[in-house]
Amino acid sequence: MTDFIYEMDAGGIVTVTMDMQGQSANTMNKRFEPGMREILSRLEAEEKLTGVVFASAKKTFFAGGDLNDILATETAGQETFDFIEDNKAVYRRLEKLAVPVVAAINGAALGGGYELCLACNHRVAVDDPKAVVGLPEVTLGLLPGAGGVVRLTALLGLEKALPHLLEGKPVKPQAALAAGMVDAVVARREDLLPAARAWILENPSASVQPWDRKGFRHPGGHVTDPRVRQVIVASSAMLFSKTRGLLPAPEKILDIAVNSMRTSFDAALRQESRGIVSLMVTPQCKAAISTFFFGMQAIKAGKVRPQGEHWKAGKAAVLGAGMMGSGIAWAHARAGLPTALKDTDQARADKGKAYSDTLADKAIRRGRMDQDGKERLLSLIDPVAENAAIAGADIIIEAVFEDIDLKEKVIPETFAMLSETGIYGSNTSTLPISILAEACPDPSRFIGLHFFSPVDKMKVVEIIMGEKTSRETLRKAYDYVQQIGYMPIVVNDSRGFFTSRVFGTFMDEGMALLLDGMKPAAIERAAWLAGMPVGPLAVHDEVSLVLSQKVRKTHAALDARLGVDSGFGAHNTASVAVTEAMIEQGRGGRHYGGGFYDYASDGSKTLWPGLAQFARGNGVVPVKDAIDRILYRQAIETLRCLHEGVLNTEVEANLGGIFAIGFPAHTGGAIEFIRRTGIDRFAARARELADLYGDRFAVDPAALKSLRIEVTQAA
Amino acid sequence: MTETAYIYDAIRTPRSKGKADGSLHEVKPIRLVTTLLNEMQARHDLDTSRVDDVMLGCVAPVMEQGSVLPKIALQMAGWDVSVPGAQVNRFCASGLDTFNTAAAKVASGWEDVVCAGGYESMSRIPMGADGGPMAEDPETALKTGFVPQGIGADLIATMEGWSRDDVDAFAVSSQKKAAHARDSGWFDRSVVPVRDDNGLAILERDDFIKPDTDMQKLGALKASFAAHGAMGFDAVALARYPEVERIDHVHTPGNSSGIVDGASLILLGNEQAGKDLGLEPRGRVVSIALTATDPTIMLLGPGPASRKALAKAGLTIDDIDLVEINEAFASVALRLQRDLDVPDEKLNVVGGAIAMGHPLGATGGCLVSTMLDELERRRLKRALICMCVGGGMGIASIIERV
Repeated sequence: MTDFIYEMDAGGIVTVTMDMQGQSANTMNKRFEPGMREILSRLEAEEKLTGVVFASAKKTFFAGGDLNDILATETAGQETFDFIEDNKAVYRRLEKLAVPVVAAINGAALGGGYELCLACNHRVAVDDPKAVVGLPEVTLGLLPGAGGVVRLTALLGLEKALPHLLEGKPVKPQAALAAGMVDAVVARREDLLPAARAWILENPSASVQPWDRKGFRHPGGHVTDPRVRQVIVASSAMLFSKTRGLLPAPEKILDIAVNSMRTSFDAALRQESRGIVSLMVTPQCKAAISTFFFGMQAIKAGKVRPQGEHWKAGKAAVLGAGMMGSGIAWAHARAGLPTALKDTDQARADKGKAYSDTLADKAIRRGRMDQDGKERLLSLIDPVAENAAIAGADIIIEAVFEDIDLKEKVIPETFAMLSETGIYGSNTSTLPISILAEACPDPSRFIGLHFFSPVDKMKVVEIIMGEKTSRETLRKAYDYVQQIGYMPIVVNDSRGFFTSRVFGTFMDEGMALLLDGMKPAAIERAAWLAGMPVGPLAVHDEVSLVLSQKVRKTHAALDARLGVDSGFGAHNTASVAVTEAMIEQGRGGRHYGGGFYDYASDGSKTLWPGLAQFARGNGVVPVKDAIDRILYRQAIETLRCLHEGVLNTEVEANLGGIFAIGFPAHTGGAIEFIRRTGIDRFAARARELADLYGDRFAVDPAALKSLRIEVTQAA
Repeated sequence: MTETAYIYDAIRTPRSKGKADGSLHEVKPIRLVTTLLNEMQARHDLDTSRVDDVMLGCVAPVMEQGSVLPKIALQMAGWDVSVPGAQVNRFCASGLDTFNTAAAKVASGWEDVVCAGGYESMSRIPMGADGGPMAEDPETALKTGFVPQGIGADLIATMEGWSRDDVDAFAVSSQKKAAHARDSGWFDRSVVPVRDDNGLAILERDDFIKPDTDMQKLGALKASFAAHGAMGFDAVALARYPEVERIDHVHTPGNSSGIVDGASLILLGNEQAGKDLGLEPRGRVVSIALTATDPTIMLLGPGPASRKALAKAGLTIDDIDLVEINEAFASVALRLQRDLDVPDEKLNVVGGAIAMGHPLGATGGCLVSTMLDELERRRLKRALICMCVGGGMGIASIIERV
């Protein structure tokens, strides 16, 4: 058994079929470079060689680098640099062979795999949507370090290469052909090798890469071309406006792509190696790999899902055709799950279905759906007004108005309509699941399913375990969330669950900064610089201040009813001071005609000058402090959730925060943020913030201790 | 100071639109310079062998403006073979920087006669033709927060609360003053016609000025930097000015300095050299200053530079009779006026670059000649000249009529 199968045909064409042993995909593992060296020596010594075809024996072509190795790399040293240089040297030797070399792309060729293709003289791909090509390294905080930056820039020209390098999206064969990323597409897998060999026969002397020919000029213009220079100048600003200076990888990629046009090809390749070595040790890279690769993998693989056979809902019902209910119906239909959308009268239910009509039209306009798809999707949503119409549903999700009395009435009425093995979910964002479960005939089949608005874009569901929710119900809920293509985050019942609690601290800290006298524009900018998608004041306007007030009142009422002090929002003192006054002055939020912002009829908005009334402090909060306050408040609250057992795993804490409430992705999530900052450094800074700005920044030492223990266990 | 740095003369070419349809587009950059070298020599019957150095500013010293054009121009103009030349680049301050350096050389006593000035044929070598890492090296641009100057100008206007009308009104006033000064012949002493080999005039007077400018015409112009801003440069600037909600893009071609072709030349020397050469001093250099401020907003240097020059001279703004701030953008001039509390009647009394144009490397020399002319005509004593400069630098010079 060998990693590379070597076969020469009568015409002198060698086909190298990659078949890395002991793994399902070909990767750039430790055996790759020595193996390739051996193959190249053999090819270089071959007397009658007329051409080479690179093929794969796996389902995919080649999957790229080994992320475990990268995660383990701690120092940007000579050894790492040499490793990168050795890997790319074999690609350089490959493209310097005196015969044409063709990549026969039978499946996904991403990262190092596509870089191998770029080192070939010709790329032919099978017309299968799974045979994507691209350089996704940037999404993991890295750059394509096996010649990808330099070769793609030389192949496509700067302007066309940059989006692929900076966004890293996989490209399907036909689109790749149009973009010039592959040279030919064949219909069937079995056409690949014949097409590759035919090209070699037709182009026996096509062995020199364009960039190795004398007088090579980059497509789209040389680096001194005025148009290219304009692209260069604009690119930095365009990049910054997206990354806010928080992501070193795309900055490095842009810099290397541009400067690769100013040096010799080999010098550019070396710059690229230096670049990837420097990125490998950045916290952003480690965070991206831990959270977005391994963390996502863990969730997809159901690491926190109770063991047991996979469950699939055949029929669903959503109660309440408001914004959330309509959105959930859309999500169901998009995933092929037939859904009865019920409201108190038919007109409301119809209106809820019409929402999917609008979303489908939008998808059609963007080329993501066709008319047939829309018809199919709409046929899966059945707008109804009677309880009888939802009978036999495997899952019922109540998304009625956020009113405990109403919910306590609806739940028992509709529970009977469930199929025998079905489960009942509540899309509440505030009410404790265990309390609602009391209204349910069988609390073991009752669970919280907290969707986020807008449902079509926010692809995450917070699954809330009630005290009596069974493990089986959790398993089914988990499978259901994955069935509709959403990310499940499992939490235990607590006031505000996980997401609302943390989100509340974000909005509260915005108001705390307002009270401290920071200029409202600076508060919003600090959040932007911290990496939040929307500023705390802007987002509060969207949520509405009235809703915030209502949630507070709901919890107070619950406390009174239960005779407890839940401590919900105890740290959010600024929220009380500011929202009450705002609402009194008729500033309830966007929906109420204005809140922190004034809204013009043309859709633009400007900060309300009246906010100056709240400034109590001296106004000298440094931006650096404001950024930290915004991040630390959320991280500390997330840590509390983890420590209190509201959250079960760090992976869910990290991904849930990023996907549900927009915690800055470059950190890899709130707990990863603490880890990458360093637990001691984080604790020291939190103490500093507590001294300067208040006890809400105090961290329970026991919570930090458990983080330390986790590390020891992991190591 | 060992010696007093006297200004013996300051001349310039007319300025004309720096595009293919401008009057000076047909004139080679080197010819703009030789025109002035020849005039200076002829006007004073100058023994050029006494000149220790000729430094000329140029901001895009590449191609036909490159390869130390000043030295080659000296050969072309037939100046004595012993005269050295240098091309100097300090962005828009290049011309004034050669003036300041020349003054410093003379004052130090190490050189006796030095020429300063500059040249820029923007119609032939466009602004930015020399590239550079500031904007074109992504690592540098990202780390230093580069934005085009106009974004900085718009940011200044936004922070000061100056509306489009405010900056346009300043521009109208610049045009009116410049047109009046030109038509009254106030520039005639300094402006040297550019001629062809046959002695036929190609351009005799400034022809960039638009006397019929009014608020309505200016109001119709589109903001020049709104698109740049939307592309991402606003985000870069606002990251450094977080308290600003959004940038109001008020600058247009009508209230920013004009892109023009032109050159300037100044003759400086010490007292003895002047006597030897039979020259009458027109003025003396009182003090000079350079500084730098935040490079992202880029245009806040004139105020601090001016204060530095005043302090060096032991003067206050009240001791200054005329203030000339290069009108790179209207907001730059307004901001300098506010920074130093300059009364309207002392500021840019014959208009500025908004009306006459800003031939980058040459402008500093143009401003010196304008101020000398006006001090003489108005029988005033002192003038302060200052400019905003790329990279956030600022430059200032104080001169005195003698």
